[in-house]
Amino acid sequence: MPHQSGRILPEVTEESRPFWTGGFDNALRIHRCRSCGKWFHPPVGACFRCRSRDVGPEQTSGRARVAAYTVNHHPWFEAFPPPYVIAAVELEEQPDVRLTTCLVDCEVEQVQVGMAVEVAFDLQDDVALPFFRPVTA
Amino acid sequence: MTFVDNRAVITGIGQSQIGRRIGRTGIDLALEAAETAVQHSGLSFDDIDGVASYPGPVAAEGGFVGATTHDVRDAFGLRTRWHASSVETSGQAGTLMDAAMAVATGRATHVLCFRSVWEATAQASGRAAALTGKAQRASGHGEFRMPFGAASPANWIGMYAQRYMHDFGLTREQIGKLVINARANAGRNPNAIYRKPMTMEEYLGARLISWPLGLYDCDVPCDGATALIVSRREDSAGLAKPPISLESAGSALYERHSWDQRADLTTMAAHDAAAAMWQGTRLTPADVDFATLYDGFSYLCAQWIEALGFCEHGKVGQFLDAPENYCQDGRLPINPHGGQLSAGRLHGYGFLHEACLQLWDEAGERQLPKDVATAAVGIGGGPEAGCLLLHRAE
Repeated sequence: MPHQSGRILPEVTEESRPFWTGGFDNALRIHRCRSCGKWFHPPVGACFRCRSRDVGPEQTSGRARVAAYTVNHHPWFEAFPPPYVIAAVELEEQPDVRLTTCLVDCEVEQVQVGMAVEVAFDLQDDVALPFFRPVTA
Repeated sequence: MTFVDNRAVITGIGQSQIGRRIGRTGIDLALEAAETAVQHSGLSFDDIDGVASYPGPVAAEGGFVGATTHDVRDAFGLRTRWHASSVETSGQAGTLMDAAMAVATGRATHVLCFRSVWEATAQASGRAAALTGKAQRASGHGEFRMPFGAASPANWIGMYAQRYMHDFGLTREQIGKLVINARANAGRNPNAIYRKPMTMEEYLGARLISWPLGLYDCDVPCDGATALIVSRREDSAGLAKPPISLESAGSALYERHSWDQRADLTTMAAHDAAAAMWQGTRLTPADVDFATLYDGFSYLCAQWIEALGFCEHGKVGQFLDAPENYCQDGRLPINPHGGQLSAGRLHGYGFLHEACLQLWDEAGERQLPKDVATAAVGIGGGPEAGCLLLHRAE
């Protein structure tokens, strides 16, 4: 798990507030189009597929699968001592919606494409960062 | 549909001193490159009525913005009819393509295009803000990456490379062959940063940055500037060099400008740009004599190889297995100057310079041992991509 200090936190916008604060209610909130029903990320005020403006955040299951990953070995941040795993995870609700995230509570050797993961919020200041960890049956 | 009605040509190139920590400013380097390019073309500064550069005055530190368009036009007192810069374009060559549009539509006649970096000196002198050094919040694209420790393009591109390796069996050894070939080519380039041959053991043994990318999969920051003159074809007669035609160009982006939402993680914007480029010409990949392909990270060069159609999608590993295909005396030599991996991160423009140098038979010791008339140039990575097909008439 990354250290608690020396982080770079996100600058929360009106669009991204539900995403960054949902974790305080233990909810992973992703934007969804109310017209075509598709999810999308990052959050913005229109659906890039059907161009409807009728969009907004909805709670997801918080479950996802690893689509791609990298094992970072370089000390970019004091808060993230290497090695650590950065992954693009795809949502269970819709696999082509991905979040770049940090995998926690797992061994580096354990990670693979397709691995089932679930959100694990890391509360920092006014944001809840959606990290992911392996689903333990 | 031909690119700018075939009205734009390249008439001159120039490069500044290139090196590590040479202690000169990015503006000084840009002026040297510009002066060299203008002289090379046979024009004078009085003929230059357009200036274009990448990326323009964007907020960046550490020598990334060596000089802006205004820095150079003001320094030389240029009276321009058209000038531009942009970072929100199709990679580092985006505004050079705009310059071609400008000359084709009569908004300028001879446009000085340049890119200057002085990252080696700036970073050594402490101008680079360490990524860890500021407690500021991440915004823009960084908003959804930085909080997770995904600080570097090595992380974002490492994920793409990992997924391609997973899906198609590409190996680090195969990518290593490309890196080692670039180093061998750099040995013939007196201006390259790293010229000592590299072994596979050295490649595989180097420290990891963001697996599967190791140290030698990442290019080397340097100081240096590159300039090209883009001219209107009918005003290029009688100049110093036979003009190089911009036979076609690709600037397409068919998906969102994102590092992690592209539908197929085993492709990049390079695939969109390359497809658009081939739609604008009767030439095919088989007509290309050599290629200069962006290798800010080794995997990006592998992406360009398949994006441009030099191998099938998913088959770049097999292509890389046979260096005789892409070495200096091969069928399709790639990056005869050593690329950014070994010759230094001139950030895109180095590939344009090398392509023109080879087409004009001015590459010295590294001049390709065959007649070359057509070059493919691919520049950028991730959602940033632009490519050009250059052709020198007999």
